[in-house]
Amino acid sequence: MSKLRILVPVKRVIDYAVKPRVNKAQTAVETNGVKHSMNPFDELSIEEAVRLRERKKQPVEDILAFSAGPAKSQDILRTAMAMGADRGIHVVEEKTELEPLSVAKLLQKVAEQEKSNLIILGKQSIDDDANQTGQMLAGLLNWPQATQASKVEIENDECTVTREVDGGVETLKAKLPMIITTDLRLNEPRYASLPNIMKAKKKPLEKKTLADFGVSSEKRLKTLKVEEPAARQGGGKVDDVDGMIGKLKELGAI
Amino acid sequence: MPVIHRAIPALRRLRLSNTAFQQQSRLQPRPAQVLRPASQIVQLRHQHNNTEKAEASTSAGGADHSPQEQPDRPQSKIKYTSESYPNLKRDSRFKEVTADDVKFFRGLLGEGSAVLDGVTQKTGEEDFEAYNADWMRKYRGQCRLVLKPETTEHVSKILKYCNDNLLAVTPQGGNTGLVGGSVPVFDEIVLSLSKLNTVRSFDDVSGVLVADAGVILQQADDYVAQHNHIFPLDLGAKGTCQIGANVATNAGGLRLLRYGSMHGNILGLEVVLPDGTVMDDLGTLRKNNTGYDLKQLFIGAEGTIGVITAISILCPQRSPAVNVAYFGLESYEKVQEAFKEAKKQLSEILSAFELMDHQSQDLYRQASGAKLPLENDYPFYCLIETSGSNTDHDSEKLNNFLEHVMGEEIVQDGVVAQDETQLQSLWACREGISEAGQHFGGVYKYDLSIPLGQLYDLVIETRERFQKNGLMGDSDDFPVKEVIGYGHMGDSNLHLNVATRRYDKEVEKAIEPWVYEWVSKRNGSISAEHGLGLAKKEFIGYSRSETMIALMKGVKGLYDPNGIMNPYKYI
Repeated sequence: MSKLRILVPVKRVIDYAVKPRVNKAQTAVETNGVKHSMNPFDELSIEEAVRLRERKKQPVEDILAFSAGPAKSQDILRTAMAMGADRGIHVVEEKTELEPLSVAKLLQKVAEQEKSNLIILGKQSIDDDANQTGQMLAGLLNWPQATQASKVEIENDECTVTREVDGGVETLKAKLPMIITTDLRLNEPRYASLPNIMKAKKKPLEKKTLADFGVSSEKRLKTLKVEEPAARQGGGKVDDVDGMIGKLKELGAI
Repeated sequence: MPVIHRAIPALRRLRLSNTAFQQQSRLQPRPAQVLRPASQIVQLRHQHNNTEKAEASTSAGGADHSPQEQPDRPQSKIKYTSESYPNLKRDSRFKEVTADDVKFFRGLLGEGSAVLDGVTQKTGEEDFEAYNADWMRKYRGQCRLVLKPETTEHVSKILKYCNDNLLAVTPQGGNTGLVGGSVPVFDEIVLSLSKLNTVRSFDDVSGVLVADAGVILQQADDYVAQHNHIFPLDLGAKGTCQIGANVATNAGGLRLLRYGSMHGNILGLEVVLPDGTVMDDLGTLRKNNTGYDLKQLFIGAEGTIGVITAISILCPQRSPAVNVAYFGLESYEKVQEAFKEAKKQLSEILSAFELMDHQSQDLYRQASGAKLPLENDYPFYCLIETSGSNTDHDSEKLNNFLEHVMGEEIVQDGVVAQDETQLQSLWACREGISEAGQHFGGVYKYDLSIPLGQLYDLVIETRERFQKNGLMGDSDDFPVKEVIGYGHMGDSNLHLNVATRRYDKEVEKAIEPWVYEWVSKRNGSISAEHGLGLAKKEFIGYSRSETMIALMKGVKGLYDPNGIMNPYKYI
């Protein structure tokens, strides 16, 4: 039975509770001065990695949190380490928002260098909603994949993953190495406790560049325009039953 | 239930476009309500009933359950205030509402929903329940007429008519008060401000908001939030309570520590006096040293000398950077130390310091089914919030503070919210206590100002009292379930709650007036922020001298010579 070396990519995104606003030029979503947090699906990935270690069914040797993005992404990596990741790698990229394929290529290199045998990714990040990185990575590495996991069990190098599908559940089984992407029901992420936040500050965090991995930030897609959805037509209030009947008649509903 | 609650964080992420998941979520009760407990108490209670019902019908397998047997309308079991307070007699000077009166009000307010009339029409008692009963389910009046004026002029005409005809009036906002001040005692006319609900103006340079009294606190805050400002009051009932009534009761709440009280933030008021006179003092000036500051009289007057119809309030800039931490501590001494350190190290960014004892958190856990943030149990917990303008600056300060209190072992364990969701769940641990207190039947609430050093002694002594007199225990034989202490540490304000399985005069006798004597001996206040209403009326003497009370009565007599405004209460 091999020891698990888990790679968990995390992304810094606009906090899910914040209402995103489109910038004036309509080229992107406004990110300046907006609260950012870890992508919620990535929180689930970290939590699952830590739980795999706590369950002690198959020993976990290393949990590596990885992020590519601006300097601030460090905060997210520290959070990941406060939740239980052992170390972090940060590929600093200030200018370009990387596309899923570039990220997948990066992760391929990291996984090879770090001898990862399990990669747990969020099924998507809530900013671009691409839902592609995990799948592309599985293709590049030629590993089996189980997407949208709602339950993960690993024993004797064998992963059993339950996924929620329309009207029921589907259970998959595959041998390590393996790609898993996480869905909402998988677990409930823990709070970062004070002692762990302190400890996380001392955990190793490596800074790298795209060039270190030989990956370019070249974009294949061009964003033409970003628009807010059309404003919802507000409902009206009626004072009483007669008012309601009047309105319904007006609309020809009765 | 636990399954549902485990799904809460996930459910709150519904916007994450998982349609399959959304479909499933419809089967669940709406758990988001758990997070805003006091404000949504009615729905929440309803939700519990639904659950009970569902369980009953499945387990009984089609056994005959007539709907009447279900606890569908628990409100109807509330005793009339006149029964639970037999010493209170209806003042015979007041006229009973007649058909002619209703005709006058209809003429003024129209035939629509602005008049809820049970005098000339067969409107069922249940339609009046929301106006007659308070949310603690402790007080219940017998009003048969509810008026909902839409303009200040309406209010003026209504009051003038009532004053001329000696009709008693109870002004009502969101009816979330905790001392029975907002519901009628007998057949007083309820004057609901709910239709006076427009924001009149907001100036984003000065931060002055002018709005009608019936605007809901949450809506007022949302409104100023669009302009990056914050309403200087926040409390658990914000989704229901109204800002005019907040002023009338001088509500304190969670952020008083940072933004100060209503007496400082209110710049002007528009008030209708009992004789119909409109006192238009809706100024927006911070400074105005010309004569008696009459508006101050109406702040905290609980509708006994006039009805506030609009307010002008100073709203501070909203802090873009908010952090929340939740600690476990081993003793009350450590809590005080932590408070001292927080003031020292966080100083201007500290916006809340809340205390919760273990019993209160345990009760919250039982009532809501939520998981507590810390793995282990501690005798005390506190919640700290910082608000500032610069995230990096705040984080640095907060981190230094956290390192210090952990390093010095002032706090045993703690968590810091990493995102907005966690921030709200941490706040829910504090805001949810109020509702948890009454979740198991009833609650006796004491809202007290006590010098910080002795603040928690009262909770310990109260608990001992109930252990000794045999009223508290684990089974249904004992009326008292638990004695909990929590509150606004930053304002020396303790909430002592006796959570009971039912309302029981024995419990009340065991604690009143003992608790007031205790507080009085230590120069505290018997009502820090909840006001007097009916519940604390007879105990005012513990906090105010005879001279003070006589002066207050003079004010009441001057403004409301006929005594029609919110009678039987206050002083």
